[in-house]
This record gives sequence, structure tokens and C-alpha cells, in this order.
Amino acid sequence: MILALIERLGDAALYHISDLGRMGFFLLSSVLGIFRRPFRFSALIRQIRQIGADSLGVIFFTGGFTGMVLGLQGYYTLSKFGSEGLLGSAVGLSLIRELGPVLTALMVTGRAGSAMCAEIGIMRNSEQIDALECMSIDPFRFLITPKFLATLIAVPLLTQLFDLVGIFGGYLVGVKLLGGNPGAYFSSMAQSVANQDINMGIIKSFIFAVLIAWICTGRGYFVHQIRGAGFGAEGVSRVTTHAVVLASISILVWDYLLTAILL
Amino acid sequence: MSEPIIRLTGVRKSFGSQVVLDGIDVDIPAGRTTVIAGGSGQGKSVTLKLILGLIRPDAGQILLDGRDIARVRGRELRELRANFGVLFQGAALLDSLSVFDNVALPLRERTRTSEDDIRKQVLATLDRLGLNGAEDKFPAQLSGGMKKRVGLARALQLQPRVMLFDEPTTGLDPEKTLEIYHLFYQIQQQLGYTAIIVSHDIPKVFNLADQVVILNNGKALVFADPQDIQRSSAPDIREFVTKTMGDVYLSREME
Ligand SMILES: Nc1ncnc2c1ncn2[C@@H]1O[C@H](COP(=O)(O)OP(=O)(O)O)[C@@H](O)[C@H]1O
Ligand SMILES: [Mg+2]
Repeated sequence: MILALIERLGDAALYHISDLGRMGFFLLSSVLGIFRRPFRFSALIRQIRQIGADSLGVIFFTGGFTGMVLGLQGYYTLSKFGSEGLLGSAVGLSLIRELGPVLTALMVTGRAGSAMCAEIGIMRNSEQIDALECMSIDPFRFLITPKFLATLIAVPLLTQLFDLVGIFGGYLVGVKLLGGNPGAYFSSMAQSVANQDINMGIIKSFIFAVLIAWICTGRGYFVHQIRGAGFGAEGVSRVTTHAVVLASISILVWDYLLTAILL
Repeated sequence: MSEPIIRLTGVRKSFGSQVVLDGIDVDIPAGRTTVIAGGSGQGKSVTLKLILGLIRPDAGQILLDGRDIARVRGRELRELRANFGVLFQGAALLDSLSVFDNVALPLRERTRTSEDDIRKQVLATLDRLGLNGAEDKFPAQLSGGMKKRVGLARALQLQPRVMLFDEPTTGLDPEKTLEIYHLFYQIQQQLGYTAIIVSHDIPKVFNLADQVVILNNGKALVFADPQDIQRSSAPDIREFVTKTMGDVYLSREME
């Protein structure tokens, strides 16, 4: 009984260690794929379109509403202290340091990360990845690295867009709708937002991009080796759900860690 | 029979506690057709993947030109793999590429052939396999039989010495099955490659076979002549014949 328990614990530990090893190898190979020739420039462009350009609508929408709700909440809270003039600063700082990077990363995970995971998982299950290897085509250079780089390029840009749209959303509600002072909105923002805040947002968005690409493509790539995933289409759908949850949690955990380090 | 091009000796492979191959010895004669048969889950695909170096055996050797596929890595592995063409079970065409781009892929990625020559060569292969006019379609738009043809076209682009087929006729109706086997036969006659075919279509596929390997309980039984399988009196072969091949004699008579 106890022995069986220990055996199962040991077994689980071994599985997770080898899983971590696999994922580490995967990350390394994805990065090394950047230096393998010939570089697949057209695939990179296509991926930037899929991950970045096709997410523009979602980012516009979520960024706008996030900014608007910040304007609304901020205005009522700040007006209790008679400091509505600080609204721009409050909206700007929350967006640039926290909400922009985190919400953008979560939206991209849901929209593009899940699609990447399922695509790679299906390619694994239908032996397309084996076929690439048999043709001596490196699946990392050919398949993974373009997605990896595209995420790394798209997510920080989308984050900047999210921030920008959010700031105007806040302006729309706080100034146009509730009648705050338009000059104060932008001047308080300009005064309080420092380079350090902007850097923090950019660093975060890069790290989140790595997490999204790594976890989502990696889980799909190893769909056949993930314990309890099952086979075929069911296996892919389970692993995809799992990858989205794991990536989202990792983003939130790393957000805390990075804030603690960078503050 | 002719010189072996591939030699498997004492090959073992387990996944966790499940022993799939328990020491198999098989010689694949050059320029001939070897059929690998066996029940589902007996390690037929695993054997192909071992030959391709996609997975590594726990013990034993897989020799091609005196080099052990089980032990080489990197560039040497790529060189050895250049000898192989593979038609996977579901054809494994890249979904995101058109038929033309799928077939052109090995030429574009592995050679310095000019786009003009690639175009000529790909269209010629498609024509030969009865696929003219399909070059702009995507894999999702193709029937099962056409996918297999495109897969074969892609596999033939780099002139492989050995072609491996993993259950090339699953999902095809009996008529299409015969058609595909006929095509395989013709193409092999033209190109002279060594063929390894994993198949359930017993005894149909035996008409193509110069040698039959039956995988059962981790062991490989090699027959130089398919007829020997039916004649054999060894109890485990008899059991296998009745269990996994069903009414062999009956289906023989029907054809
Ligand atoms: N990568 C793998 N991990 C774990 N088990 C595997 C793997 N590949 C194959 N197996 C197991 O090995 C056995 C033989 O598989 P396979 O060679 O695909 O059978 P088949 O003869 O039907 O082609 C099966 O029981 C399968 O579950
Ligand atoms: Mg199989």
C-alpha cells in the first residue's frame, strides 16, 4: 500500500522531470532554429499575420473597453478625494505596467496560442512532423521557429496598441462622458509615466510572448508523449485546453514575479 | 535472394513496461519487396520508425551500407535518411501547402534545383501517378486514394533507394486498393527501388511480396515465399494465420 504510493509518486516525479527536460530541449531548439539556414522569411510573415494582424480587432476591442472601464472606475474613485485631475496618470500607469501586457498576452493565448497548439498537435498526430524529419527538414526551423519569432514580434506590438487604445478609451469616458479636464488627463499622464514604467511593460510583453509560444507549440509538439492526453483528435483537444490554461497561469505568475523584480 | 540492403539484428524496443519488439532479425533484400504483416499493435509502424531512425532501439543494430542507423546522429543520420522515401499511413501531406508545393518541398529544401526544373520534375511525377490537374488543390480537398498518390509523388522526388509504405491502403475501398497496389508495382518496376510495405491486405498484398515478415508477440517470422505461410504447420503460425488473416483460403478463391 505505502510502497505502491511511493512507487506512484516516484513515477509521477520521473514523468514530470522528463517532461521538463523535453520542454527545455524544445525551447533551446526553437531558439537555435533562428540560426539555421535557409531562414523561412515568408513563413515568418504569414505567422505574424496570423498571430499579430488577425488579433488586431480583438486587441482594439478589449483595449478600448479596458480603458473605458478604468476611466469610469477611476473617475468615481478619484472624485471622492477631489483628484479627478489624476485620472490620466491612473489609467496610463495601470495600462502600461500591468493591464496592457497581461490582457494582451491572455487574449493572444486564447486566440493564437490555442490555434498554434492544435495545429502542431494535429501535425504530430497525422505524422506530418515525422514526414518532415524523414525528408531531413528540421521541424524547428521549418515550423516552430517562425511561430516563435512571430509571437515575439507581434505580442509587444499588440501590447503597445492595447495601451494606446486603452488610454483613449479612458479619455473618452473620463473626459468626454464624465466631463473631466482634458488637459489634466494627458499632462498628469506625461508627468507620472516614467521610462522605467514603459520598459517594464515592454519586458513583460516579451517574456509573456516567450511563454505563449513555448507552452502552446511545445505542448502540441509533444502531444503523443503527454500522459493521460489520449490519442487522436481527443488528445489534441485536451492538450490544447491544457496548454491555454497552463500558459495563462504562467503569464499571471510571471507577471507577479516580474513586477516584484522590476519595481 | 539478392544482397540485403538493410539488416536488423537483435532489435529490441519497449515503451515503459510494454515490450513491443523482443529481439527481431530481418534482412531486407535489395530491389525486392518485403511485406510486413501482423495484428494491430504488434509493432509494424514501430519497426518502420526504427528503420528511419525516428525512434531508437533499446538494443540491436539496424545496418544500412554497414552503418548503424540506431547509433548515428545529426548530419550522418540525415545522410542515411536520404536513402529513404516514406509513404505514411495518412500520407502526412502538409495541410498548409498545395499539392504542388507538397511534392516540390523536398526539392526546394534539400536541393539547389532551379524553380523551372522543379516545376518540370513535379508536374512530370504528378502526371506519371495520374494526378495531372491536381497541383493547385489542397490536401483537405483530396480523396484518400489521391492523398496516397501525392504522398508517393513527394517521397519519390529525391530518388530513394528504399521506399517504406505504412498501411498504404487503409481507408480505401477494395477496388482502389488493387489500383494502388498495381500502381506501386508499376512504379517499382520503373525505378527499381527496394520496397517495404506494412499491410493488412492479406493475401492481396502477397502477390507483390518477394518476402513476408510476420510480427507476432515481439518476434519476427520471415518467409521467403508467401505460400509457406499457408502451408506452414508450426502451431503459432497456424494460430496467427487463422486469427489475424481470417479465411485466407476463402478470399484466395474469391479473387
Ligand atoms: N511513441 C510511443 N510511445 C508509447 N507507446 C508506443 C509508441 N509508439 C507505439 N507505441 C505502442 O507500441 C505498440 C505497437 O505500435 P505500432 O507499431 O504502431 O503498431 P502497429 O503494428 O499497429 O503499427 C502499440 O501498443 C503502441 O501503443
Ligand atoms: Mg501502424
